[in-house]
Amino acid sequence: MRKLIKQREIVDDTWTYADEEAAATANAVIVPLAQFVAERDQWLSSGKKLGVRVAPAEILDAIVADLPRIALVACEFGGIGEGRGYTHAQLLRRRHNFQGEIRAVGNIKRDQVFYMARCGFDTFDFPAGTDLSVPLSAFNDFNVAYQPSSDRGVELKKRAV
Amino acid sequence: MYIYDQIDQAVVDQRVAQYRDQTQRFLAGQLSEDDFRALRLRNGLYIQKHAPMLRVSIPYGLLSTKQLRMLAHIARKYDKDYGHFTTRQNIQYNWPKLEEVPDILADLATVEMHAIQTSGNCIRNVTADHLAGVNKEELDDPRPWCEMVRQWATLHPEFSYLPRKFKIAITGSPQDRAASKVHDIGLHIVKNEKGELGFEVLVGGGLGRAPMIGSVIRDYVSPSELLAYLEAVLRVYNLVGRRDNIHKARVKFVVRSMGVEKFREAVEAEYALCRDIAPTLTEAEIARVKAYFNPHSYEKLMDTDVASGKESEFRTWYHRNTVAHKVSGYRVVFVSLKSPTRPPGDITTDEMNHVADLADKYSFSEVRSTHDQNLILAEVKQTDVYAVWQALKGLDLAHPNIGTLTDMICCPGLDFCSLANAGSIGVAKSINERFDNLDYLYDLGEIQLKMSGCMNGCGHHSVGHIGILGVDKGGAEWYQITLGGSTGGHDASLGDVIGPSVAQVDVSETIDRIITVYVDQRAEGERFLDTYRRIGIKPFKARVYAQTNQAA
Repeated sequence: MRKLIKQREIVDDTWTYADEEAAATANAVIVPLAQFVAERDQWLSSGKKLGVRVAPAEILDAIVADLPRIALVACEFGGIGEGRGYTHAQLLRRRHNFQGEIRAVGNIKRDQVFYMARCGFDTFDFPAGTDLSVPLSAFNDFNVAYQPSSDRGVELKKRAV
Repeated sequence: MYIYDQIDQAVVDQRVAQYRDQTQRFLAGQLSEDDFRALRLRNGLYIQKHAPMLRVSIPYGLLSTKQLRMLAHIARKYDKDYGHFTTRQNIQYNWPKLEEVPDILADLATVEMHAIQTSGNCIRNVTADHLAGVNKEELDDPRPWCEMVRQWATLHPEFSYLPRKFKIAITGSPQDRAASKVHDIGLHIVKNEKGELGFEVLVGGGLGRAPMIGSVIRDYVSPSELLAYLEAVLRVYNLVGRRDNIHKARVKFVVRSMGVEKFREAVEAEYALCRDIAPTLTEAEIARVKAYFNPHSYEKLMDTDVASGKESEFRTWYHRNTVAHKVSGYRVVFVSLKSPTRPPGDITTDEMNHVADLADKYSFSEVRSTHDQNLILAEVKQTDVYAVWQALKGLDLAHPNIGTLTDMICCPGLDFCSLANAGSIGVAKSINERFDNLDYLYDLGEIQLKMSGCMNGCGHHSVGHIGILGVDKGGAEWYQITLGGSTGGHDASLGDVIGPSVAQVDVSETIDRIITVYVDQRAEGERFLDTYRRIGIKPFKARVYAQTNQAA
């Protein structure tokens, strides 16, 4: 079973991506945003726990109304320079008050984890083969910060403003 | 000046530890070349032609003498005994060792300095008017606002992987000495109709290969909501800025492709949604930061006639290299880093230490760096100005050319930079040699010459009254000349290309011909820029491209 980092621990992934073989029988499925929009009613009435996978260039508007029935949003990262997922997570947490799981998926690296956690990500699905013990330390890169944010899994001291 | 509290100090200390760990993982082969590149770049470390280049942040160009001495120490211990001041008020070292950079950062942290976000696709050093706090015209000192923006931008979790770099400049004076209109965001301190201070916001200025003047997208934002408004601009940019083409990725391209109105609407819509959750600058926080910039304890002095009765060499320097201070009895003194014997902006370890000594003795232990690559002792008693001149003269730091043709802005060029197409230091030298007659230089008056070794435009060539851009022509170094650029005041403009580029050996001759046209055509007291605007490019073109044997 796939391992990932969830709330600062290495755990088994209980979710299945829609393009994986097991998706047909899985009870928790992560569907690409375009597919979710096209097959919305079918997915919402499927009885499965539902996650939506958002590519960097996609906009969240299409799923905002359905967020109460979505348990997970996975934001994709294509490489270390990709920065749109940070804003997607911030908007989900702060504007849309999304309380479900926000997952970083794709070509993610240890040194992005601290910022991701600050933007509200709580789950990190690293590329296969990553030694997951390495990124665990990233949550402790800083214990101070200047900005209000959607911090998850980091302990930060801030100036009172 | 601003003093770190425990939070500020912890940020830089922990950043040193983080960067040390990243460097060690890279050296141990646990981080790929590409992955480390993205990390070192947001900490000011480039890999250049000969060695890495480290850019150290000097927020809004303000240094304590303790900090300047540390910069000198770093030049001596880790580099080749000199540093280079940049057009964004920072300093660069051209010869550090990659594996020693964590130690350099640790040394910097002991004097409240860092290299955070001095490169990379993130929010860069926030720059300001180099006469902030000492000029009479300003509505408010921009430096506390720079500091508040600096803190907000430092390690911002959402805006650390932007489509491209992002530069902010703040001015509080009608005369724009910070080139704010060619920044991604320019903030001008203004008063609204109720007389309350706030900020006019310009977006989308920039230099480089597609220079643009920024557009006003908001007439007034209140201090408490400044950060909320910046968040709105950055969020729109982060989502819609292009990431597929590095040459179209700056926010200026977003503004151009959407149009100013549509961009403004997008920002305003985001602002309306984010102002409740965005950071607010409370009155207490504003007061906390502002208190660090309270006026120095000036003596009650009368203005005195400093120049008369002194030797003409001093009088010349005094008129060229000093300007008025808002407090009577004081004077602003420029330390010229543009003498014929030094690459523009360069300064040695010993010179840094000597300037620090002078600032301790005469200028409240502070030194400033300017966006045109000089230093300033901003608060010298008029009665001390002569002694300061004597000391600077002894250090070859009193070349009386501030604001003249040879006070040129210049990037490191092909000699150091791996991006450059052509050298700039050698060309600067040839121009210096050609225009070595100071009386002639003064007669020419204010001329801003700006030179970049490639179209990335680090030398701001597009906004020089005379701009020189290095281009590669079949492996040879050629130079394209532009005329009529300006960053100043209300009339910022981009230069016009005069014609085909010229060979390196012909650059100083070309500048000479351009100057000759000006001298022939100028009206009494008319600046070069104004003559150019009046008569246009044609007469210059005709003279520059006339047969060489006729002009020689």
